[in-house]
Amino acid sequence: MIRLENVHKAFGDNHVLRGVNLEIPTGTSMVIIGGSGTGKSVALKCILGLIKPDSGKIYVDGQDAETGDRDAFLARFGMLFQGGALFDSLPVWQNVAFRLLRGSLKRPAHEAREIAIDKLRRVGLRANVADLYPSELSGGMQKRVGLARAIAADPEIIFFDEPTTGLDPIMSGVINDLIREIVTEMGATAMTITHDMSSVRAIADNVAMLHDGVIQWTGPVSQMDSSGDPYVEQFISGNAEGPIEAVR
Amino acid sequence: MNPIAWLGELGRAVLNLLAAFGRVALFALDAVSHIFRPPFYPREFGVALLNIGWLSLPVVGLTTIFTGGALALQIYAGGARFNAEAVVPQIVAIGMVRELGPVMVGLMIAARVTSSIAAEIATMKVTEQIDALVTLSTHPMKYLTAPRVLAALITLPVLVAVGDIIGIAGGYAVATQNLGFNPAAYLKNTVDFLEPLDILSSLVKGAAFGVIAAIMGCYYGMHSGRGAQGVGRATKSSVEAAAVLILAANFVLTGVFFSL
Repeated sequence: MIRLENVHKAFGDNHVLRGVNLEIPTGTSMVIIGGSGTGKSVALKCILGLIKPDSGKIYVDGQDAETGDRDAFLARFGMLFQGGALFDSLPVWQNVAFRLLRGSLKRPAHEAREIAIDKLRRVGLRANVADLYPSELSGGMQKRVGLARAIAADPEIIFFDEPTTGLDPIMSGVINDLIREIVTEMGATAMTITHDMSSVRAIADNVAMLHDGVIQWTGPVSQMDSSGDPYVEQFISGNAEGPIEAVR
Repeated sequence: MNPIAWLGELGRAVLNLLAAFGRVALFALDAVSHIFRPPFYPREFGVALLNIGWLSLPVVGLTTIFTGGALALQIYAGGARFNAEAVVPQIVAIGMVRELGPVMVGLMIAARVTSSIAAEIATMKVTEQIDALVTLSTHPMKYLTAPRVLAALITLPVLVAVGDIIGIAGGYAVATQNLGFNPAAYLKNTVDFLEPLDILSSLVKGAAFGVIAAIMGCYYGMHSGRGAQGVGRATKSSVEAAAVLILAANFVLTGVFFSL
């Protein structure tokens, strides 16, 4: 289980997180929704330790995320970044097998390559993509490679940061289905950040609405439409009128 | 502006400057310490050796050959004013080896390598590749900075030695082809005049300039702002800082070797 307790984070005068409390049970898929700039990515990066919270605690399976062996902690995670964050200087297969080519999970190159190709197939890419460079791929293919990299070491926890941003609706659907399938088949705990409601419905077991630096509402995705929460209702409907201020 | 406010502004500027020096010094210490601590990344080191060393050879060669040639002409013209034209081989040799070779190579590396490192790492930062490295249990200082700093430390003395030789060759070509110097006598005067300390100072300067160039590129890349503007600013600032620090270090090292 991942648990955030009263997490605060400010950048100068901008108080992005103002006491986030959230629980993500093991093996479930939590989707955090909220407008742009509401701190969704910051919350995710706080869990990973990429950003240090100003105050509050984050626990992963009861262990304080700030203590203990950092490598062992990170080895439990896989992450799909918004823009893919693929390494330009490495071919696709080395991007996917990055963790398997170095560090504690290192294995022979030919074995790592085989795993990379297997993971590429899992996300619907052919083996001939393995030797291309990221710049030779389309946006959708880059997302898939990023997804293959996220699952390459069979992590227990997978984070997805805006997995469908910049993709057409069909490719978004493909990525959503892939994420759902992979999370279910691996039994992983998943946390996704998005403002794409089709992603929410396809990926989520549970949904949390982040606004004004706090979780405004959280519950099962089946209850999202009837939540009665004005923030969630406005967000789902995309209405400019409501408690969430729309800048026009 | 009243004097107190002016003093306040001055004090703030000085404190900011000192803080910036402190941040760079801490970064440099951290970068150097990662060179000696595993894990090591030989592939990244090999790529850095190729980029910083081998691929810089053409620009180093072209820069120093023209510098050596121009130096020979200047010394000849200047020396002629007091009948000292004969010292061209000696002054070209000492000028290239002690001063112009390391400085020209250092500045060309600042332009070519520091900018490239800063732009590459800054782009990696704004596209979240640095964050991705961390989530993949890879320390960015070990993976990106340490191999580049070590490669620059090793290759710059070699580049400076090559630059010194090519610069002297440029002076030799001009002196023997245009100024009527005897080739054998020119070479003998060059070899006889240079001392081991001259060559040592050249190589030490090269190593120091290499570390400065690589660390400035990495520092500004790692601390880049967002977007294309952030990358551009990081690149520009890295070259400015590297060039100024190389010239300052050259002054200090020249003083140190001068006192030996």
